[in-house]
Amino acid sequence: MSATTVDGAPATVPERPERGRTVSTVTWKASIALAVVLALYALLLLLAPHEGDARFALSTAGDFFQLPVYVVPGLGTAWLCGAVALVMLVVSVLATRARRRTPLWATAVFAVFLLVGFLAWAAAGSPRDLSVVGLLGGAVVLAVPLVYGSLSGVIGERAGIINIAIESQLLAGAFTAAVVGSLTHSPWAGLVAAMAAAALVALVLAVFTITYRVNQIIVGVVLNVLVIGLTSFFYSLVLVPNTETLNTTVRFERIPIPFLERIPVIGPVLFDQTIVVYLMFLVVPAVWFALFRTRWGLRLRAVGEHPRAADTVGIDVLRTRYRALLIAGAVGGMGGAFYTVVSINQFNREMTAGAGFIALAAMIFGKWNPVRAALAGLLFGFATNLQNVLAVVGSPVPSQFMLMLPYLVTLFAVAGLVGRSRPPAALATPYTKE
Amino acid sequence: MSAQGTGNPEDGGGAEPSEDRLEEALEHVDPAAEPGVVEEIEQERAREGVAEAPPAPDERWREAFRRIVSGGWAVGLGAMVLAVLAGSLMIVVTDENVQAAAQYFFSRPGDTLAAVGTAVGGAYSAMFQGAVYNFGADSFAQGIRPLTQTLTNATPLIAAGLGIALAFRAGLLNIGGQGQILMAATAAGWIGFGVTGVPFPLHLLLALVGGILAGALWAGIAGLLKARTGAHEVIVTIMLNYVAYYLLSYFLATPGLMQAPGSANPKTPPMQESAILPPLLGDRYPLHWGFVLALVAVVVVWWLLNRSAVGFSYRAVGENPRAARVAGIDVSRATVSVMLVAGALVGLAGVTQVLGTVTTGFGADIDAGIGFDAITVALLGGSSPVGVLGAGILFGAFKAGGSAMQAAEGIPIEIVLVVQSLIVLFIAAPPLVRAIFRLPQPGPRQKRPPRRRGAGGATTATAEVSA
Repeated sequence: MSATTVDGAPATVPERPERGRTVSTVTWKASIALAVVLALYALLLLLAPHEGDARFALSTAGDFFQLPVYVVPGLGTAWLCGAVALVMLVVSVLATRARRRTPLWATAVFAVFLLVGFLAWAAAGSPRDLSVVGLLGGAVVLAVPLVYGSLSGVIGERAGIINIAIESQLLAGAFTAAVVGSLTHSPWAGLVAAMAAAALVALVLAVFTITYRVNQIIVGVVLNVLVIGLTSFFYSLVLVPNTETLNTTVRFERIPIPFLERIPVIGPVLFDQTIVVYLMFLVVPAVWFALFRTRWGLRLRAVGEHPRAADTVGIDVLRTRYRALLIAGAVGGMGGAFYTVVSINQFNREMTAGAGFIALAAMIFGKWNPVRAALAGLLFGFATNLQNVLAVVGSPVPSQFMLMLPYLVTLFAVAGLVGRSRPPAALATPYTKE
Repeated sequence: MSAQGTGNPEDGGGAEPSEDRLEEALEHVDPAAEPGVVEEIEQERAREGVAEAPPAPDERWREAFRRIVSGGWAVGLGAMVLAVLAGSLMIVVTDENVQAAAQYFFSRPGDTLAAVGTAVGGAYSAMFQGAVYNFGADSFAQGIRPLTQTLTNATPLIAAGLGIALAFRAGLLNIGGQGQILMAATAAGWIGFGVTGVPFPLHLLLALVGGILAGALWAGIAGLLKARTGAHEVIVTIMLNYVAYYLLSYFLATPGLMQAPGSANPKTPPMQESAILPPLLGDRYPLHWGFVLALVAVVVVWWLLNRSAVGFSYRAVGENPRAARVAGIDVSRATVSVMLVAGALVGLAGVTQVLGTVTTGFGADIDAGIGFDAITVALLGGSSPVGVLGAGILFGAFKAGGSAMQAAEGIPIEIVLVVQSLIVLFIAAPPLVRAIFRLPQPGPRQKRPPRRRGAGGATTATAEVSA
């Protein structure tokens, strides 16, 4: 994907030397993006005013103490939140005029208030409570395959191998977890088998890209098709006639963590989940630590940035890349297992439904950093769940636009806030030892 | 494509290709990026080699044989054989008769083999008859119908494949085929059923142009965001796919917009007669004029890439954007314009779908996975227009044959995906195929010492750009 290194549009990025040797680049992109979003928000409130009160429920039954159901006037709250967002926009404009970047806190406050305002507007007039716990908890669950998938992408790409095959890793993992989980009646066996299957997919990717130096995008795209074909074929010919024995898994149970799960809001959202979610909480920082704080990670990144230099100091480039891809595959497989041993208890044709591509987007959104990629994955999960929750409350927006929202938000975020993503320098280039 | 120097010997601008040049070009060729190029150079070398030093007759035959089996088409054939073998294995493993016969394999192995033969033979026979010629038909006119179905299937694959391939040559990965097809179908369909009172060729033209423009604009958004803000085109095109899908879903679900009147289904009314692409070979065959449009697109893209300054700038940007900028090419403009053209081509695929293939009204699944299939088509075709044409027809044949096989033998059509993807995978890795079939690897020639890279170390691409 050398495309990412295109140095286009120099005109929009004026570079001015400042205070001696410091060079800062200031663009109006962030401010413009915020302004556009705010304008759309205001337009929405103006065109579709929505009278009535919004009811936010924060507590669940088992909490230490009960928070009341907050009842606020929908439209008023929405405009108030919009005003706060406007202040943040002004902050952004002032910062840009002073040749500084838009501070991160301003963007964060902007996003949170607009979100609250939007929720207030959407839930206004609905007799039902909008369950904040349901909104956040569901987001975490929906984000699981995206987070694992994006981590898989991060590990592979940091070693210099483009991983468009995340989708196929998820799908292979889901299929294998369903079959093995059904045969053994153990979700654990399914999880391990999913990791193995996804690692196998990654191994194919590795053999073709590293040993045979085939274009990495080709192999990734083709692997996706291959795995869709294989799983769908065997699903209709083998799994469907034998649903009882081969395609009925035992799912992981929720394991509430004592004490922690009774903290209001946070408890039910984070500490009443399945083991696969808890593993996610561990794997994200673990991958970050491994990549940025260990010798293994340093070598891996060196191989991804400048393989020749890494080779010169004695790192075996090919072996490092192989190992990285296998680990990446195993991580991706955990995300695949989510579909068949956590979410529902059987495999369906093409059940990942493009999650691998969303994970890819999350990885690029997170700028090839495991923690940021995971956060991006959570954002996607949240956006998806937002639609589900609002459908329950009864939102005035046509459901298609609600479904579109996460992708539009991503577009704005990618264009305005994240900007030019810099992949590892040696991405997509096979290494030949001289 | 990758930033490797991929040299195309024809790019030198009329310079006489010499043996040295070819040798050098071959070293720099990335077979994955441009599968055709290696073969071209091989053939070129083979021709010149014969002319320059006639060896002893015995030696010559051996040499000729060596060239044939190490040539590109041998790899292609090997890849097909491997992929078909893998497909056969899948059929055999899941066939009930084979399983039954395998129970007593050691007492009567002949039964198992016969069952294997029946299963595999039946499947591939059904596939061939569904894709090329139906031997069971009464007349030639009926028998040839499957071939026209193949070409009908190939039409959108060729058009969209060209769009993906063009973007690919400029170093952009356009995963947004689905969205571009959907938006093109939306626009063309809306004009096709909504506009009334316009006579036949004009209405059709209007719908065609409207659809192609919509596809171009949808892809242009990705190009513009990439050029202006540096947003990664993979994310943007994926996101635009979803946006297009839900936008069309909304239109289809809303009475008064695109939903057929008096219906609760998310489906449009049928296209008007005046907006439909007429059948190419008469009403008996599904093939319509969209195929001709796809062929025209092949020629246009060939001309654009190989004979025009704009196409040259695309290729230069794709090979090495920095070098292109140094050479005075406006990279931003090239990015936007290549996405516009690519979107127009993918849009053509969407237009032929709604105005030619499915004219009775369409739903949100009108893209039928073509946007993603087109990526494989472009890859198999080596991102060259002629290659895309061939790959598109091959995939169209697989699609037609696969559904015939599913109907006749009960083998799921997904096996076609497996065979297709394996073909692409194996063709992309010639050393693997050669190793499996024990074909000689085209190693460095003995007769001259291996060339060193010159001090310039210039790949043909950068040389060409800086020239």
